[in-house]
Amino acid sequence: MYVAVKGGEKAIRNAHKLLAKRRRGDTSVPALTLEQIAEQLSHSVARVMGEGSLYDETLAALAIKQSRGDLIEAAFLMRAYRTTLPRFGYSQPVDTAKMLVERRVSATYKDLPGGQVLGPTFDYSHRLLDFKLAAEEGSVEPVAETAETSDEAMPRVTDLLGDEGLMEPDPVTDEDAPVGDLTREPLAFPADRDLRLQNLARGDEGFLLALAYSTQRGYGRTHPFAGEIRYGEVEVEFFAEELGFAVTLGAIKVTECQMVNQFQGSAKAAPTFTRGYGLVFGQVERKAMSMAMVDRSMRWQELGEEQTAPAQDIEFVLSHSDNIQATGFVEHLKLPHYVDFQAELDLVRRMRGEWFEKRAREENGDTSQEAAE
Amino acid sequence: MSDTAENYDQGEYNFAYLDEQTKRMIRRAILKGIAIPGYQVPFASREMPMPYGWGTGGVQVTAAILGKDDCLKMIDQGSDDTTNAVSLRGFFEKTAGIRTTYETSEATVIQTRHRIPEKDLTDDQVIVFQVPIPEPLRFLEPRETETRKMHALEDYGLMHVKLYEDIAKNGHIATTYAYPVKVNDRYVMDPSPTPKFDNPKIDEMAALQLYGAGREKRIYAIPPYTKVKSLDFEDYPFEVQKFDKPCALCGARNVYLDEVILDDRGGRMFVCSDSNFCEERRAAGHVGPMAADPAAVQIGGSSQEETAR
Amino acid sequence: MEPSITTENRAIRTAPLAAGFADPVHDAQGCFRAIMDVMARPGTRKTLELGKLTPPAPLTPAAAAIALTLFDYDTPVWLDRPLMQSDAVKAFLRFHTVAPILSEPVEAAFALVSEPGSMIPLTSFNQGSAEYPDESTTVILTGQVFGKAQAVTLEGPGIKEKISFSTGPTPPIFWDQVVSNNRQFPRGIDLVFAGEKEIAALPRSTRITLTEA
Repeated sequence: MYVAVKGGEKAIRNAHKLLAKRRRGDTSVPALTLEQIAEQLSHSVARVMGEGSLYDETLAALAIKQSRGDLIEAAFLMRAYRTTLPRFGYSQPVDTAKMLVERRVSATYKDLPGGQVLGPTFDYSHRLLDFKLAAEEGSVEPVAETAETSDEAMPRVTDLLGDEGLMEPDPVTDEDAPVGDLTREPLAFPADRDLRLQNLARGDEGFLLALAYSTQRGYGRTHPFAGEIRYGEVEVEFFAEELGFAVTLGAIKVTECQMVNQFQGSAKAAPTFTRGYGLVFGQVERKAMSMAMVDRSMRWQELGEEQTAPAQDIEFVLSHSDNIQATGFVEHLKLPHYVDFQAELDLVRRMRGEWFEKRAREENGDTSQEAAE
Repeated sequence: MSDTAENYDQGEYNFAYLDEQTKRMIRRAILKGIAIPGYQVPFASREMPMPYGWGTGGVQVTAAILGKDDCLKMIDQGSDDTTNAVSLRGFFEKTAGIRTTYETSEATVIQTRHRIPEKDLTDDQVIVFQVPIPEPLRFLEPRETETRKMHALEDYGLMHVKLYEDIAKNGHIATTYAYPVKVNDRYVMDPSPTPKFDNPKIDEMAALQLYGAGREKRIYAIPPYTKVKSLDFEDYPFEVQKFDKPCALCGARNVYLDEVILDDRGGRMFVCSDSNFCEERRAAGHVGPMAADPAAVQIGGSSQEETAR
Repeated sequence: MEPSITTENRAIRTAPLAAGFADPVHDAQGCFRAIMDVMARPGTRKTLELGKLTPPAPLTPAAAAIALTLFDYDTPVWLDRPLMQSDAVKAFLRFHTVAPILSEPVEAAFALVSEPGSMIPLTSFNQGSAEYPDESTTVILTGQVFGKAQAVTLEGPGIKEKISFSTGPTPPIFWDQVVSNNRQFPRGIDLVFAGEKEIAALPRSTRITLTEA
């Protein structure tokens, strides 16, 4: 019986009930707490905060719980919540040179001021399932918190290179220039770098990863080196006009990646190292690196390079990076489309009729011609 | 009360969900859209509590214009009781507490996806369309920078070439829905994926038409009594779909029909896509050729049960 | 509701300030629907529900209602001289709308004109571009009296066949300016006329015929 899209109200109610039940799963298993998610699934939480464009670990944990671990769905919940929040203004730029560093690695120098700080990373772990974790309840080996709280200055690698003139200078932007914000003004093209970076910071990790990977395989090669990746805590400051000075709103954890790209020069620019920049909430290195690589690729025009590859195509990249938009439009194909399909049915039937008619005519025509010969 | 309703009750949401700043931004875009019929006005579309593709553009437009005295009709595929129509109607019942209706003539605001009601709309009504891809040239030229230029220069050669290629290949234009129109002799516009059957209705329509594309962040409009011409050629004039049979349930002719498969032995019937139109006709005593068929009754009757809430 | 941490706001909090909408949500909605209706039906009139709006002169209650409905920090506003010279008007608009007030008409999203008889030419405002015609200024003429001045005939989108329209005061050769403005369609400015309680509008899409005297 055909009842798929009708009888909506009851069907929706039942679907929601069933969803709630499935979400909870077997009730003899204890429910997840938000603290458990925030503490133990911190990479998920970070991704949801970044792509959801809202820094709040508890809300992100709630979103993950509510979405049954579907991280794009969770990011969507965060975005929908974010859009209802009042806006007070824009923070001051965060100063990552003053980061309370938990991890800092550079692939371009063996050692450097401030040192390499490995910090928490999967990088040198062996990917063997740890069956001890399956049985684990409680006890974790006590680890001394390492040098992350060291007071030693940790200049950014790009600044070190800059001192020698080998690194393109940071673009000088007018302090009073308005901050591009694609949540307030719809994205228009050509988009400046501030908007591009905002778009990438909110963009889908998988999409950026694939694009970055494509540049390594020859689709718009950029010769990247991981100049520096640092992860840690930075303070967020807000300039309160009523007070006349900036106040600290709190601290957030971010991963910053500065890619250093060899550049042979062009008609427009001398040979130098150029940069790609990535900054994301939480410890999401894969995305920070991908973002930096795609950012560099999209700078082809300003550096006088040729556009040859998808990762360089600003309009293509920015229009398809948002997974909330992408998942919505792809998944909306689940909605009823039978009115348009009816129109297509009619058309295909008609075109098939015409096709068979034409073929029959041609066959008849052929036979009569043969007969004439 | 549904889970969704409880969630809205938990939060402190404004009338019709959107905050006032967002409404103002959308309202300004609507006014520009009205002043420049058929031109797609960029607007800072917000994330809504339903996914992109579910009608976020239409919902934002409706939320921006809706007042407490409005009466809202919400349809999807011409029907008031399809799942998404039910869901979106519920959204406005919960967040705006406004009156809703299935009756076309009772509504002051009609939000629709993919259809225009069969009954003529009036001066006092506004119809809001949900739009997936607002750019009529998008499938001919994917770049916004290029299509924007084409609109600016009124350069629609590409569209005519496409339609002409259709004719060369098929003997007719092979576009059945989202059939492009020219508004007020200036802008080529996508009337949203309504079947081209509905195109004549948007020409010189008495009601104001507003189009909202949330994901693509565009709003456009056609004021009442505006010339809207479906693109065609002198020797291949625009024509709409024709159905051989009347509605199986109410006997209506010259309406858009949905094909409903009744069984797995090829049994099927054609019924009004506009469910309210069909029900009103049946209530007035009109009988279609299959009105007595038990399978047909089950289909035709389901929405009335739902009406009795 | 709206963030309003600016120095101007702090300064004017000491002075008594006329109230805005009694019901910001529904009053703004009602006013917007009236504006939308007249914009969609050029030459027709709608009555605004003004409640107890008593803005400082020369800002009229109808103009204040339109401002409260459409202006905010995203919309730079240009004021004509009498309005610009009134600190009370500027304080009222800044406090209730947070809109930046500027002196360059070409940068304005909205222009408020309290003395339409001597208003600057329409070409002084932002006409929008061919690619973004929506970026043009919307000009609001206040203190209008409908039906008394020389009538013009309107045709085009929103108008079933033809409609006669008359409003004043307007500057000399106003209608010639509007005719040229509307000839640039899709570029051009849109006009809103605000009387004591009634409003009307004339978007750039309307074709205007001057009636011989």
